[in-house]
Amino acid sequence: MVTLAHYITLSAVLFSIGVTGVVCRRNALVIFMSIELMLNAANLAFIAFARHHGSADGQVIAFFVIALAAAEVAVGLAIIVAIFRKQGTIDVGNMRFLKG
Amino acid sequence: MSLVFFYVFAVLTVLSAIAVISFRNTLSSAFALVLTLFGVACLYALLEAHFLAAMQVLVYAGAVMVLFLFVIMLMNLGRGEILKIKMSFAGVVGILIGGYLATILVLRLSYLSEPFSASAEDFGTIKDVGRLMFSEYLVPFELASFLLLIAIVGVVVLARRET
Repeated sequence: MVTLAHYITLSAVLFSIGVTGVVCRRNALVIFMSIELMLNAANLAFIAFARHHGSADGQVIAFFVIALAAAEVAVGLAIIVAIFRKQGTIDVGNMRFLKG
Repeated sequence: MSLVFFYVFAVLTVLSAIAVISFRNTLSSAFALVLTLFGVACLYALLEAHFLAAMQVLVYAGAVMVLFLFVIMLMNLGRGEILKIKMSFAGVVGILIGGYLATILVLRLSYLSEPFSASAEDFGTIKDVGRLMFSEYLVPFELASFLLLIAIVGVVVLARRET
């Protein structure tokens, strides 16, 4: 039988992969994709708990998270494009023009 | 039967998620992410969240991934400029923190091992979710639309060429 623990374990694994991606990679686009992975892991946990409790509240929250992720990606990619236009690279190691 | 499906989609999701963070080519990472999002959508369907599964495919695999691919191709990073993965001290610490997080989360939640109870007839349908969204969660729903409006305006301001 599939239990809640299966889904929560999978969610934890996905979230950890996302954290690893954010910390290890230096490509700004891949860091954004890792953030998407983490948001998806959170959504999976929300929906698994909604199924466990038999109420759709978790699904509504997951819907809001999807809307938030869409807005975040749009703004984030616009920032990355602006930085690329100014610097010619999206390596986060080279982004230090905010340093005083 | 559902256990088999769960493991198939879970393995697909985890392997493609690992591929996302380990491919050197950004374009390959993006396509691996499409696979991950599709696997998560299948898991939503297994959890009887049919509306959310459809939304996942439409919004993520449709809109968000098109945006990602558009930006990758705009910057022409596909083959030319491939950024190196640097396994630095921070990388090792990141993997350790990730493993630690996963272990704690799994250990804390291992007691939740009872199987799912039977769900209601219309659980997870657009009717069920929609009714909740427009009654109890009406204010957050309106705030979400406002957030999207702010995002649109912000993107226009950011992407405008300075004159």
